[in-house]
Amino acid sequence: MLNYILKRILFSIPLLFMIAVVSFIIIELPPGDYLTTYIISLKQSGEAIDQAALEVLRQRYGLDKPVIVRFFYWFGRVLQGDFGYSFMWEKPVKDLIGARLFWTIVVSILATVFAWVFGFLIGVYSGTHQYSIGDYTFTVLGYIGLATPNFLLALILLWLVFATFGISLGGLFSPEYANAPWSWAKFVDLLKHIWIPVIVIGTGNMAGLIRILRANLLDELNKPYVMAARAKGVPERELVWKYPLRVAVIPFAATAGWALPEIVSGAVVTGIVLNLPTVGTLLLDALMSQDMYLAGSLVMFLSVFTIIGTLISDILLAWLDPRIRFE
Amino acid sequence: MWRKKKTLVEKGEEIYLASEWKLVWWRFKKNKLAVIGLVILSVLYVLGIFCEFFSPYDPNKINSRYVYAPPQRIRFFHEGKFIGPFVYGYKVERDPVTLRRIYVEDKTKVHRIKFFVRGDKYKFWGIWDADIHFFGVEDGTVFLFGTDRMGRDVFSRILYGARISTTIGLVGVFLSLLLGIVIGGISGYYGGRVDNFIQRAIEFIRSIPTIPLWMALAAALPRYWSQVKVYFAITVILSLVGWTGLARVVRSKFLALKEEDFVVAARLAGASEWRIIFKHMLPSMTSHLIATVTLAVPGMILGETGLSFLGLGLRSPAISWGVLLQEAQNIRTVALFPWLLLPGLFVIVTVLCFNFVGDGLRDAADPYKV
Repeated sequence: MLNYILKRILFSIPLLFMIAVVSFIIIELPPGDYLTTYIISLKQSGEAIDQAALEVLRQRYGLDKPVIVRFFYWFGRVLQGDFGYSFMWEKPVKDLIGARLFWTIVVSILATVFAWVFGFLIGVYSGTHQYSIGDYTFTVLGYIGLATPNFLLALILLWLVFATFGISLGGLFSPEYANAPWSWAKFVDLLKHIWIPVIVIGTGNMAGLIRILRANLLDELNKPYVMAARAKGVPERELVWKYPLRVAVIPFAATAGWALPEIVSGAVVTGIVLNLPTVGTLLLDALMSQDMYLAGSLVMFLSVFTIIGTLISDILLAWLDPRIRFE
Repeated sequence: MWRKKKTLVEKGEEIYLASEWKLVWWRFKKNKLAVIGLVILSVLYVLGIFCEFFSPYDPNKINSRYVYAPPQRIRFFHEGKFIGPFVYGYKVERDPVTLRRIYVEDKTKVHRIKFFVRGDKYKFWGIWDADIHFFGVEDGTVFLFGTDRMGRDVFSRILYGARISTTIGLVGVFLSLLLGIVIGGISGYYGGRVDNFIQRAIEFIRSIPTIPLWMALAAALPRYWSQVKVYFAITVILSLVGWTGLARVVRSKFLALKEEDFVVAARLAGASEWRIIFKHMLPSMTSHLIATVTLAVPGMILGETGLSFLGLGLRSPAISWGVLLQEAQNIRTVALFPWLLLPGLFVIVTVLCFNFVGDGLRDAADPYKV
């Protein structure tokens, strides 16, 4: 097991490096470099352009050097925790993304837990009650959940809440709590708001998970050993939970781990529609104004988060299914 | 399944003589949901392809008199008498408090819906001048899905949006398929180190959250590009991620087929690799490929809708369902004028139908399996 974990961790190092490469490509994509954008923004705000300051910046970011050199300049600084400077906010990138990233991860993890728990329960129910009314209902809802883009589901939920209760449930906190220190009331307020993004992001993934668990459980339940056990008089509940479910849950767990990139994607879009203090709005604004160090760093952090998440889920999977770690 | 029902000798003979595609079609027909999905999709594509003809109005025509007009209901009975399809006209009043316009049905104004009427001029497919519309009214207005903030007909705009939104999925999937067949084919046919490398690359791409990546790439498109250029750039961006799923299917099929007797026989007979791949292996996985491709279209459509909704994909004056949904971004607007969400319904229905058809095709793809 330890061997497998070590191998898996070593394997993610080149992945992390590739993510750095992709993020750097994103930073370099827009025409012109960082300084031309910076100069334009200075001109627009009517500030004087300090040639000496520009020269310092040019040196620091190595803008006069070829791309490969620039990449290693940038990569070296990233390793030291310097992600560049956001000219839109006039702050270093690392001061901007901390809290936003935290809330994105909180929402993503809650959505994952929601999708797993309900996906598991509904999947088991649908598998053991094939063709029942409940099974059909969940199948239909699941299909619709798969077909509805996150942002649309968010809009529809907001609209329904607004139309019936007359309140707008955007954001994670009511205005009076947004900047207040933590208290019990603030926590309750958070709970009142956070369920919408969690449901919106989780539903689409839950639908896929239900289908997989249902299909595998049905396959397993039709096998002769189950019939033999049933003929011997093993109680139905024990019969399902003890053997078939343990086999059927493995493909479920394997898919669940790979759902994380999708959940993070959903968190970004939903965050924008619901105006959450997550990276969504920050990323959109950064891209719109071509604030590329900020945008590139955000994409990088989101990808690193999914890589770490899938790493953890792979290790859990190996713990669950010994066949994987002996492969 | 069908063997049990058809006991007649001729029927049996028909089955034994049927081509693979006929068998696939028979099995596909058994799945009612898939057939319904196929019918709805065909209707949507026909509406999209001939949107100039089917839409009653020019989608960019501004009606300042009818801003945010609610949908007009099609009726058949006027004062208890059947007179064919018609709509009542609108009386515009002002709310004394909010000063908002209120549209009230005016039961004295009857606008009959006529078919093949002359209306707004358009250039069909940008080539032929015409002004015939499938339906319309000669005086008054017919807004089946209401109007938006500039008084433009939402129904016409949805049909024009259908053209772009539904084709972007097909074009994008076609590009992904090319990449998927080439890369997945190389991976599955040669195996070994190449395979290992390609598999790692696919895993890497799949572990990046797609929407932030798409957003970043789409934002880099120059603003001055023409609509057509942006359209194709967006499909390329979508398929940069989309090919991985297809490549996996192609690879696993290649791996399975490589060991089949007919492939081994072809190789022993001295067929070139090119011939083995294109003449023997690809045709025998076509049905599976079509099923996978169908299931990949929704992702593309949803991707375009999401990007355009966020303002990073297609931009007005281009019309796609995502662009139309931008109008619904403000929740207070949606609460007052819920018909602005209708493009979303079309997205959901299209994606649902593609899923149904794809599922049906996947089950029918191997007709020899009992």
